[in-house]
Amino acid sequence: MREIPAGKIVEAVRDLCIEANTELPESHLALMRRALEREESPHGREVLSRILENAEVAKDRCIAFCQDTGYAVFFVEVGSDVRIEGGEIGELIDRGVRRGYSEGYLRKSIIRSPVDRVNTGDNTPAIVYYEPVFGEGFKLTMLVKGAGCDNMSALKMLTPAEGVEGMKKFIVETIEKAGPNASPPVTVGVGIGGPFEKAAMLAKKALTRPSGEPNPDPELAGIERDLLDEINATGIGPAGYGGTQTALCVHIESFPTHIAAFPVAVNLDCHSHRTASTEL
Amino acid sequence: MVDEIRLEAPLTRKGNERLKTGDVVLLSGILYTARDAAHARIKEAIENGDDLPFDPEGQIVYFTGPAPARPGHPLGPAGPTTASRMDPYSPLLIERGLKGMVGKGLRSQPVRNAMAEHGCVYFGAVEGTAALLADRVKEAEVVAYRDLGAEAIRKLLVEDFPVIVVNDLHGGDLYLEGRERWRRDAPVGEGS
Repeated sequence: MREIPAGKIVEAVRDLCIEANTELPESHLALMRRALEREESPHGREVLSRILENAEVAKDRCIAFCQDTGYAVFFVEVGSDVRIEGGEIGELIDRGVRRGYSEGYLRKSIIRSPVDRVNTGDNTPAIVYYEPVFGEGFKLTMLVKGAGCDNMSALKMLTPAEGVEGMKKFIVETIEKAGPNASPPVTVGVGIGGPFEKAAMLAKKALTRPSGEPNPDPELAGIERDLLDEINATGIGPAGYGGTQTALCVHIESFPTHIAAFPVAVNLDCHSHRTASTEL
Repeated sequence: MVDEIRLEAPLTRKGNERLKTGDVVLLSGILYTARDAAHARIKEAIENGDDLPFDPEGQIVYFTGPAPARPGHPLGPAGPTTASRMDPYSPLLIERGLKGMVGKGLRSQPVRNAMAEHGCVYFGAVEGTAALLADRVKEAEVVAYRDLGAEAIRKLLVEDFPVIVVNDLHGGDLYLEGRERWRRDAPVGEGS
């Protein structure tokens, strides 16, 4: 049994909060540079240049590149032979978020209830999804999720007869409807299968895959490519000012489902695509 | 690559008339920050007949809730938030003389009608470029609703703050026109 001291988890979470909010992942920057090369609209090219410049300034000065420093979402892989010494994982993650958001000068955007709307003051609670795995591994993946693009998410329970074509249509319609509000060029997270809530969780998890890395299943990878083409043909463009680069990549995650079901969830991420991970 | 115009706030209807959808504008002068919760309070103040936190005549409102400032900086990262959430409130300020709004995303028809009637322009700032935009803010002070934290109303002094005209006074809408212009019927085959 491997033991991980509580303080190590708190420290790692703190560092992830600051890293994710101030440094765009290299895989994402590479897609952004490619989009700048391909963009045909002058307004679109101007927007993409500013996004890249903003990313440099933020990294150099260690400041958040977007003021909406979002929900702190964590995907945690916990090995079966791991024991946390001196604390419970969820509580330790909250402690790390509290430190990261305060020490990193990050905005606290979480309110304790949608009804009374009082800020919790420290950006907690974090949103945590656990995945048990065999062995001694412990992996933390953080996704910083802004509300502008999260608000544009959608879920639809398709009938099996609507099939893959129905799925593609719904995804493109969701992006058309979101238009400039999702802050394109977007990353498109898609979850298919499972019951209702599983599809939504998979759509969010899909956003943590390194930008542009295809699904290992060749059929799904082909659908991802087709969807990227269709989305970029909508004309929405960077910042929604019109152009040929509306999405940087489409990531689909799939799960077994019911003979009567075809759930499709779409979770969009803005161009400030913030994810970072670490293994302890 | 795109026309660039320098503008000094406060704005006037006459000055706004020469702006066209797609113009890149560098704003200098005063911007007032206000977003969801601040707008709800302004509405309440109007309904109760109380004084407004600032006189809207000729002013520009910037829909943003900045991140905390590092020591030595007037303001933390501050990019625009989704403007449509302010749609239920914006006409109240436009009717009272507001001449500019800075945000991101589409506006409702009632807001666009009020803008055309009273000579107010809607500018887009590039969302997510919060570090760059905060660089153009020279001074910042909270002038109302301090208890709202990031959502408090701040008076900003800006210099060459880069925005793009989205809705002009001539019925133009950059989002709709831009999308129409670049829409393709067939997929372009870039994904492969």
